[in-house]
Amino acid sequence: MDARADVQPEAGAQALLEVDDLQTYFFTRQGVVKAVDGVSFALRRGETLAIVGESGCGKSITALSLLRLIPDPPGRIVGGTVRLAGHDLMTLDEPAMRNVRGNDISMIFQEPMTSLNPVMTIGRQIAEVILLHQDVSRKEALAKAVEMLRLVRIPEPEQRVREYPHQLSGGMRQRAMIAIALACNPKVLIADEPTTALDVTIQAQILELIVELQQKLGTAVILITHDLGVVAETAQRVIVMYAGRKVEEAPVGELFAHALHPYTHGLLASIPRLDLMRGEVNDTPQRLQEITGIVPALTDLPQGCVFAPRCKFADDRCRAQYPPYEQKRSGHWAACWNSDALYGGALHA
Amino acid sequence: MLDDVKPKPGAGAATGSGNVLEVQDLKKHFPIRKGLLRRTVGHVYAVDGVTFSIKAGETLGLVGESGCGKSTVGRVILRLIEPTAGSIKVEGHDITRLSKAEMRPYRRQMQIIFQDPFSSLDPRMTAGNIVGEPLGVHGVGKRRERRDQVAQLFERVGLRRGQMDNYPHQFSGGQRQRIGIARALALNPRLIIGDEPVSALDVSIQAQVINLLMDLQRELGLGYLFISHNLAVVEHISHKIAVMYLGRLVEYADKRTIFTSPKHPYTEALLSAVPVPDPAIKRKKLVVQGDVPSPMRPPPGCHFHTRCPYAVDRCKVEVPALRDLGGGQLVACHLR
Ligand SMILES: Nc1ncnc2c1ncn2[C@@H]1O[C@H](COP(=O)(O)OP(=O)(O)OP(=O)(O)O)[C@@H](O)[C@H]1O
Ligand SMILES: Nc1ncnc2c1ncn2[C@@H]1O[C@H](COP(=O)(O)OP(=O)(O)OP(=O)(O)O)[C@@H](O)[C@H]1O
Ligand code: SF4
Ligand code: SF4
Ligand SMILES: [Mg+2]
Ligand SMILES: [Mg+2]
Repeated sequence: MDARADVQPEAGAQALLEVDDLQTYFFTRQGVVKAVDGVSFALRRGETLAIVGESGCGKSITALSLLRLIPDPPGRIVGGTVRLAGHDLMTLDEPAMRNVRGNDISMIFQEPMTSLNPVMTIGRQIAEVILLHQDVSRKEALAKAVEMLRLVRIPEPEQRVREYPHQLSGGMRQRAMIAIALACNPKVLIADEPTTALDVTIQAQILELIVELQQKLGTAVILITHDLGVVAETAQRVIVMYAGRKVEEAPVGELFAHALHPYTHGLLASIPRLDLMRGEVNDTPQRLQEITGIVPALTDLPQGCVFAPRCKFADDRCRAQYPPYEQKRSGHWAACWNSDALYGGALHA
Repeated sequence: MLDDVKPKPGAGAATGSGNVLEVQDLKKHFPIRKGLLRRTVGHVYAVDGVTFSIKAGETLGLVGESGCGKSTVGRVILRLIEPTAGSIKVEGHDITRLSKAEMRPYRRQMQIIFQDPFSSLDPRMTAGNIVGEPLGVHGVGKRRERRDQVAQLFERVGLRRGQMDNYPHQFSGGQRQRIGIARALALNPRLIIGDEPVSALDVSIQAQVINLLMDLQRELGLGYLFISHNLAVVEHISHKIAVMYLGRLVEYADKRTIFTSPKHPYTEALLSAVPVPDPAIKRKKLVVQGDVPSPMRPPPGCHFHTRCPYAVDRCKVEVPALRDLGGGQLVACHLR
C-alpha cells in the first residue's frame, strides 16, 4: 500500500504544516462571504496534498490564508490556527511573516499576469527573490536567475531574463512564476493551478520537476488543481472542498475507487474521458454529465448540507442539518448523511 | 444567410461552401528590436504559414506546445494584431486589409473568449456593464432592453442576475470566465474563438461550459476555433483538430483520425502525455525531452527534429510539407 495512506487528516506532531479550523470571511455589502469555513488539514514533509473543488469554493483563499495574504478589508481570517513546524503563523508580526513567505512557504499563483510585475524584467524579479534570501551579489543573483529559467525549461534563458512578462507566452509566464517560487528552496510549495496554462508535454515535464524537487529537498506540496488527471498522477492525498468546507478527504487511490460523497461522484463523472483513445465509437460531440445548478452564494448558504440543493439524494434530514465530517473508512473522511447507504463499501467491492 | 440551415455537428456541418472562416498561409512575425535606435535585429516567427477553414456549426480544435503561436493565430484572425502575410476570410469576405471602419460589421461576427479571465476584464466596471458593453458600442436596443438582455445572458451562462452589479474581483476564476462568455455571446456572433476558454475552470463547471458552448453551437450554428492544451476537452468538443508546433501545422484531420491513428511524432507524444484520471492506471509516458526551441531561431528543416525520437539527417535540412495521407489527414513529416 501507499506509504502515506495511513496519514490522518488531523495528524499529530510530525506534521510540517497544521491547519486547524481555518475561517476566512469577506465582509461585503452583500453580506458576509464565508470563503473558508472551518477547514482543517495537516501536511507532512515531502507529501503532495491536492485540493480540488468547484470554482469559487475557497481553494485559493485557503492557500492565501496560510500566507496571510488576504486583502483586509474586505477579507479577514476570523478564526483558526496555522502552524508551521509547530509555530503559530497567525500571531507573527508582518516582518516575520514576510520572512516565512520568502523562505518557508512559497506560492505559484493561479494568475501569473497579475502576480508578475509588468514593468520589471523576468530576470530582475527572480534576482530580487534570490537577493532577499541569499548572500550573493547582484551579478551572481542574475546568473542564478538564468539558471532558474533553464531549470523550468524556458528556451534561451539568457535572452528571456531581459524580457518583460508581456513578451512571454502564457505558458512561459507560468514557468517564470515557478522559477520565482523555487528560487528560495521552500519547505512548503503551494501550487495554485500550476499547469493550467501549459500544454501536456510541458505539463508532464513541470510535474516531473516538482516531484523531483520534492524528493530532493523534501518539499511538501499543496497542489490546487481542477485537473483530476493531474491529481491521479501526482498527489498522495486529496481534499475535496465545497462552498468553503471540506466535504471529503482520502488517499488518492481510495478516493477515485471509493468516493463517498455525491459531489465527488459528480466531479468524477463530469470529466471528458478521451473516449476515442479508449476505443469508443463516438464521432459526434457528446454532452458531458453535469452537476446541475450552481454553487450557492457564500453569503446565503442553505441550512443543512450545503450540497443539498444540487444533490439528487437530498432528503429532509440533509436540508435541516449539516452532516458531521466523519471517518467512514480507514483514512477516508466525508461529510454526508447518506454515504453509508449510497456507497458504503459494498457498492464498490 | 445560414440561419435556415440546421447544422449537424456530426456531419462536420455539411453546409456546402459555408465556411465561416478561411485562413490561408497566415503568417505573423514579430520584429525583435534592440538598442537606442530600436533597430530590428530579428523576428519571432510566431505563426509561419497556417491554413485551415471552419464551417458553420463546426469546431476546430487547435492544440500545441506553449508558445507555438495558437493565441497569435486567434488574435490575427480578429485583426487585434496585423498579419505579416496570408489572408483571412470571414463568411467568404476577405477582411485581411480592411480599415478599422470597414472591419466594424465583421467585429460583431467574431468574438473571443480569452485564456486569462483575470486580466481580460476591466476591474472598474461591473460585471453587468462588461457583458453589456458590446451592445452599447454597437447601439443595440435601448438601455432598459439591454439590461434585460444582459440579465438573460447572465442566466444563460449560469450566473445569477443578482451578480450583475458586482465587480470582477468579487468573482472566482470560473465565474469570471462565464462573464467573458456572456460578453462574447452578446452580439450573436458567427464565430467564436475560445483561447483556452475552459482551462481555468474546475471539471463540473467545465462540463457545464462545454455543454453550453455545444448547445449554443447547435442552436445558432456557431463556428468555433477552440484553442486548448487540454486534449480530453478538445477531443470532446471538436470535429476537426489542428496540431501546431512552433508556428506551423504538423497534423490536421478529423478528430477520430487524430485520436485513433495519429501520424506525426509530435501528435503521438502529445497524446501519450495526457494525464489519465485514474490512479490505478500507471502508463509509461513518452515525455518528449529537451527544450522547446525558440521561435526567434526555429531549428532548420523540421521544427520538431530537436526533440523527435525518429529524426533522420534529412529532417535537419528539409522542411516537411503538409501532405494528405488520405482521407483528409494532413501530416508534415518526412517519414510518413
Ligand atoms: N475580495 C473579495 N471580496 C468578496 N468575495 C471574495 C473576494 N475574493 C474572493 N471572494 C469569494 O471567496 C470565494 C472563494 O474564492 P477562491 O478564489 O478561493 O475560489 P477558488 O476555489 O480558488 O475558485 P477557482 O477554482 O475559480 O479559482 C469565492 O466565492 C469568491 O467569490
Ligand atoms: N507582442 C509580441 N511581441 C513579441 N513576441 C510575441 C508577442 N506576442 C507573442 N509573442 C511571441 O510569439 C510566440 C507565440 O506566442 P503565443 O502567445 O501565440 O503562444 P501560444 O501558443 O498561445 O502559447 P500558450 O499556450 O503558452 O498560451 C511566443 O514565442 C511569444 O513569445
Ligand atoms: S448529506 Fe444529503 S444532500 Fe448532502 S451530499 Fe449527502 S445525501 Fe446529498
Ligand atoms: S520530419 Fe523528421 S524530425 Fe520531423 S517529425 Fe518527422 S521524423 Fe521527426
Ligand atoms: Mg482559485
Ligand atoms: Mg496562448
